[in-house]
Amino acid sequence: MADKMALAKAINESLRRALESDPKVLIMGEDVGKLGGVFRVTDGLQKDFGESRVIDTPLAESGIVGTAIGLALRGYRPVVEIQFDGFVFPAYDQIVTQLAKMHARSLGKVKLPVVVRIPYGGGIGAVEHHSESPEALFAHVAGLKIVSPSNASDAYWMMQQAIQSDDPVIFFEPKRRYWDKGEVNTEAIPGPLHKAQVVREGTDLTLAAYGPMVKLCQEVADAAAEEGKSLEVLDLRSVSPLDFDSIQASVEKTRRLVVVHEAPVFFGSGAEIAARITERCFYHLEAPVLRVGGYHAPYPPARLEEEYLPNLDRVLDAVDRSLAY
Amino acid sequence: MTVESTAARTPRRSAGSKAGTTGTKRTRTTAKKDAGTEPQLVQLLTPEGKRVKNAEYDKYVAGITPEELRGLYRDMVLTRRFDAEATSLQRQGELGLWASLLGQEAAQIGSGRATREDDYVFPTYREHGVAWCRGVDPANLLGMFRGVNNGGWDPNSNNFQLYTIVIGSQTLHATGYAMGVAKDGADSAVIAYFGDGASSQGDVAESFTFSAVYNAPVVFFCQNNQWAISEPTEKQSRVPIYQRAQGFGFPGVRVDGNDVLGVLAVTRWALERARSCEGPTLVEAFTYRMGAHTTSDDPTRYRGDEERQAWEAKDPILRLRRYLEASHHADEGFFAELETESEALGRRVREAVRAMPDPDHFAIFENAYADGHALVDEERAQFAAYQASFADEGGN
Repeated sequence: MADKMALAKAINESLRRALESDPKVLIMGEDVGKLGGVFRVTDGLQKDFGESRVIDTPLAESGIVGTAIGLALRGYRPVVEIQFDGFVFPAYDQIVTQLAKMHARSLGKVKLPVVVRIPYGGGIGAVEHHSESPEALFAHVAGLKIVSPSNASDAYWMMQQAIQSDDPVIFFEPKRRYWDKGEVNTEAIPGPLHKAQVVREGTDLTLAAYGPMVKLCQEVADAAAEEGKSLEVLDLRSVSPLDFDSIQASVEKTRRLVVVHEAPVFFGSGAEIAARITERCFYHLEAPVLRVGGYHAPYPPARLEEEYLPNLDRVLDAVDRSLAY
Repeated sequence: MTVESTAARTPRRSAGSKAGTTGTKRTRTTAKKDAGTEPQLVQLLTPEGKRVKNAEYDKYVAGITPEELRGLYRDMVLTRRFDAEATSLQRQGELGLWASLLGQEAAQIGSGRATREDDYVFPTYREHGVAWCRGVDPANLLGMFRGVNNGGWDPNSNNFQLYTIVIGSQTLHATGYAMGVAKDGADSAVIAYFGDGASSQGDVAESFTFSAVYNAPVVFFCQNNQWAISEPTEKQSRVPIYQRAQGFGFPGVRVDGNDVLGVLAVTRWALERARSCEGPTLVEAFTYRMGAHTTSDDPTRYRGDEERQAWEAKDPILRLRRYLEASHHADEGFFAELETESEALGRRVREAVRAMPDPDHFAIFENAYADGHALVDEERAQFAAYQASFADEGGN
């Protein structure tokens, strides 16, 4: 059945389906129960599945992830919510030193199927710590998988796949797109979780993005089309692993690449993409790989975030610079 | 000496005293506070090996047989022997590092023997005695200290989780596991080990909060061995550690950590509470790290010999031996036989460690992920090509 639903609702439906189909799935987090989460992503789940499966936790992020690890050791599949991106750091130790490494430490005997949901990114006019994009801080850690959907259908299916994964998955939810509606076919057969998707075909340049920046890149491609430029837009969907094969295939065709993310450019995922694509496509590239993203400065107050975040003009500027080579 | 802590076991009383609405009550509060700062210790066996009565805890070891007592003695002797062998192996260059449990045998054997097969243990990296009780092959503990792996046993084979090196992290895992036990409606219990240093970690405080809120069947077993590397317990806490439990709403007890019988009794009580849905308990085993923090440490830089000598007089093995001899529960033959067994264990461990092969180079990539990862595959292939390039040159 294909229904039009908001991205947040798609995650909600996906969590509901997981709770229904697997009694070992648990939802944990601050305010996820009665309130349904501050973004209502878990709305109604505690009412329908009870307090023992949809668990309002104490306000302690390390405790949430640490106890989720223990529950996973007991055979559960916890899906934990970190209320906002900037609040994940108390749990960073548990995620990096325990969650990511337990499988290797146990020589493969222990699996930790834990999903850590993090609403991330800016553009909603929030106060400090509510608008960050820390995905690179997690992508640097072996043992974690990192994904970020850009639309409702992916949000639904990628959550299904993340919960089924025997590896821990950090699931970055583009909070500014929570209310964007899209078709969700709940009977479709989804493609692989870590595969990028060409969401718009083009011939002159490839724009690669994930999460909240995919929509922006599509708008950029529209604007560029009016100027007679044909841009391909690649929705990476997964930050770890990154689907370099798909990026390579696109770049071999367009010969130009611009990577866009909200996270700071410095040591961001765009840097890794630029390095590897330069290696893979050295003789195909007509221009250096360019990046558009946040600056090397703390995320600014809301009144300045429009200047900090990549926007239509900044991405178009990078497109022009690339095409000028 | 045999007074046990009631500070948190009688929450009603302490709640009443907190009110302090009348003069009498205020006096009681003051008295209570004074009593609270004076740590109380559960002890069933004195350093001289005398069995002392304890109204509260005697019943948890009432049926103990001479054979079981000899068993506890054997466990402690073999654990100490294994530990000494590991220290020697480090000195010989066979291990990169060793964290000795010397002096903590009673705390570990007493608590380890209190656990049931279906209970689950979450250790730090020093719980060699508990591992022994759980049936983990001592040689398997040494892989990580030799550097051939980061944990060489299957946690689920003995319900003994891998050693956790980051201080305090495992207390949250134990709490989550216990939450799962409760969800499953099982009557198993979980025990989390940590030390006086770890008691300062936020994760330990969070595990107290979570376990209390969810009434999780977990026992927090703190071996206060007086030293967190070079820092004495005063640098970790202004109150005796067991008293912290009170603020979280569950009982805390301090037991003589060098009294194997006392530890056995108190841990049985705590595990029984967990099994009967009474929630978490904090046990502080008051003991002493006789050796260095690890083989890389030099305790002469921060503590004197007198302290060690004072604790040597309270040695856990010596006191049980005195009791076994005085009560005629063990004869010379038993001790002689144990000596032989002990040497055999040392030999077996030594040989096992020396025979431990270095891991295959490709083990770097193994198990990084459960479901695989494209980048790991790519880098493994690059590494293989690089390695193969030496073979082409006629190298190995």
